[in-house]
Amino acid sequence: MPRKKIYEGSVEYLQILDEKGNVDKELEPQLSNEDLDKMYRFMITTRTFDRKVLSLQRQGRAFTYAPVEGKEASQTGTAYALKKTDRVFPSYRDHGVYLTRGLSLKQMFLMWMGTEEGGRMPEDSGDFPFAIPIASQIPHAVGAAWAAKIQKQDKVCAVYFGDGATSEGDFHEGINFAGVNKAPVVLVCQNNKYAISVPRALQTAAETIAQKALAYGFEGIQVDGNDVLAVYSAMKSAVEKARKGEGPTLIECLTYRFGPHTTSDDPSKYRSKEEEEEWRKKDPVVRFQLYLRSKGIWNEEYEKKVNEEAKQKVEKALEEAESSIKIDPTDIFKYVYAEMPEPLREEMEYLKRIGEEKKEAHGEQNG
Amino acid sequence: MVNKMAKMTLIQAINNALHLEMEKDEKVVVMGEDVGHEGGVFRATVGLQEKFGKERVIDTPLAESGIIGTAIGMAVSGLKPVPEIQFSGFLYYCFNQLVSHAARIRMRTRGRYSVPMVVRSPYGAGIRALEHHSESTEALFVHMAGLKVVIPSGPYNAKGLLLSAIRDPDPVMFLEPMRLYRSVKEDVPEEDYAIPLGQAKVEREGSDLALISWGSMMKETREAADEAKEKDVSVEVIDLQTLWPFDEKTVIKSIEKTGRAIVVHESPRTCSIGSELAARAMDHNFLNLKAPVTRVTGFDIPVPLARYEDFNMPDVFRIMKAIDKVMSF
Ligand SMILES: Cc1ncc(C[n+]2csc(CCOP(=O)(O)OP(=O)(O)O)c2C)c(N)n1
Repeated sequence: MPRKKIYEGSVEYLQILDEKGNVDKELEPQLSNEDLDKMYRFMITTRTFDRKVLSLQRQGRAFTYAPVEGKEASQTGTAYALKKTDRVFPSYRDHGVYLTRGLSLKQMFLMWMGTEEGGRMPEDSGDFPFAIPIASQIPHAVGAAWAAKIQKQDKVCAVYFGDGATSEGDFHEGINFAGVNKAPVVLVCQNNKYAISVPRALQTAAETIAQKALAYGFEGIQVDGNDVLAVYSAMKSAVEKARKGEGPTLIECLTYRFGPHTTSDDPSKYRSKEEEEEWRKKDPVVRFQLYLRSKGIWNEEYEKKVNEEAKQKVEKALEEAESSIKIDPTDIFKYVYAEMPEPLREEMEYLKRIGEEKKEAHGEQNG
Repeated sequence: MVNKMAKMTLIQAINNALHLEMEKDEKVVVMGEDVGHEGGVFRATVGLQEKFGKERVIDTPLAESGIIGTAIGMAVSGLKPVPEIQFSGFLYYCFNQLVSHAARIRMRTRGRYSVPMVVRSPYGAGIRALEHHSESTEALFVHMAGLKVVIPSGPYNAKGLLLSAIRDPDPVMFLEPMRLYRSVKEDVPEEDYAIPLGQAKVEREGSDLALISWGSMMKETREAADEAKEKDVSVEVIDLQTLWPFDEKTVIKSIEKTGRAIVVHESPRTCSIGSELAARAMDHNFLNLKAPVTRVTGFDIPVPLARYEDFNMPDVFRIMKAIDKVMSF
């Protein structure tokens, strides 16, 4: 009679490299030493950039900033599995994604310096500037993937968001579209346990975020987000699957941000020192070092060299970024429409006039 | 009886009003992102969860449409929700719930149901915040009938207006000038007092010109009035306080007296409250206007990023230019 089980689903968890550096040989991805070296450099440069912007912010040379330290494996691991011609739709904390995708450090600095130039993505990249309104980029990525499918282009889209984002309507609407249309998209959720102060348990009664994919008719997987090998492997198969036309995947990376939510946040209000120390022990960079050492890549000297080079690159890019900033007040009118409408032109002329009158008035006062 | 006074910032005054009203009326419920344990990203709700518990001070999932939609459900079921939307740029997420439902429920049920809810949200630029954190969207809500829109300009009126808003039987958008949250302290009575909605405040009497503003721009407006005084222009300063339903009488009376008016606001110029006030002045004051009603406003552009935000915001210089122009018309 008609009461019977009609659906059963399951979600896998993936870890390949544990905290002690043990590797699951069967699951180990086949990455060349050159790849491994590159990935490590991306992670170190991300961390170097991150610390630099934090210090700039403290000196008033950058504005509010969302630090990434702790999430390097989730970001480089996923982004490294994409092709240059693929596309990413990041959120505001995905510096490691941009870097791994080849965005210049100069551009990354500009993104945090209060100028619209930060959003001017290079012509040869299909990547998108980061979205601040939570989850709003998810439908865009799905739409972009859908467009690739319609236009028969070999492009996979990846979209990045946090655990908190999975509560928004845009998440549910976006991933539903992805499922229905088998869009070539990978949904990367970096679950770092908190949305600002709000713990994951208050976002969803579900045990995992990965399992949400099942309700939309596709696969979800949970990975150790501080294990770059696991992240890379999960992403690689998701990207391949998308490329073959087999639809989307939701990847939940379990990770942690070591620092505050943003430079205006004080995490001691909502999480304990013990918890923070527990996660420090899972540092994705340190764990990757263990692996690289076993491969004969990593030693003290290598570490020094990689860090030194990262620092130099970051400093140079910072100089380039800061010296490139030219403030022209009329910029605020220039890109609103393809052609500036007359009422905007009038407002622009008024602002110019005001600027000149201010200068004059200022001169008078001094004279 | 002498009121006991305390020096408070605007954010403290909001917090104080919430404490008082939650104490007094157990139907009041505060909800939103980070409002409970954390006490709000601006500390507006600090101490409330300790005092009133997790049932009445709720850390919600990160979903603005969900927050407002469920608040509406609560409001039609005997509670008085005071949801917080973390920044005004995220109010767009709840626009449908606000406009299609909160604003219409009284009308479509012929008064059987109503939505006594106050949506609090910081608004405005000036703190060098990130993109989408500095919007000034009061006109959108004024335009959508069925909502009331209130904007305080300082600690004293913030408390009195918020208490009235929570006691109001209809949905109120309560937009708080983020830039002024901590910039000034004022004497604020520690006890309960209410400033009625729908009333503007004539802050200073004057005879030459009515200078009308609200919220974040009251600071520049007052400074411009001071500067004008030195030039022997007598400015009447009006803080509109409630943007809808606004206090047309007070504004019209002032323009009748002075024959000149300037409206100052941070939000874009076109289809703004400034536009509306100018039109009302045409309706009522046409024959006694000595100069065109003038607007000093933000531009018709998306709110620019931090390094550019000052170019978009009216400042004392721009207001003074407008005063000169109007006075010499
Ligand atoms: C629609 C929207 N609501 C609120 C905010 C304010 N806000 C910024 S980040 C954040 C928490 C996001 O948490 P999560 O999605 O887990 O990402 P995380 O920052 O932890 O990486 C909130 C509430 C916002 N940016 N957008």
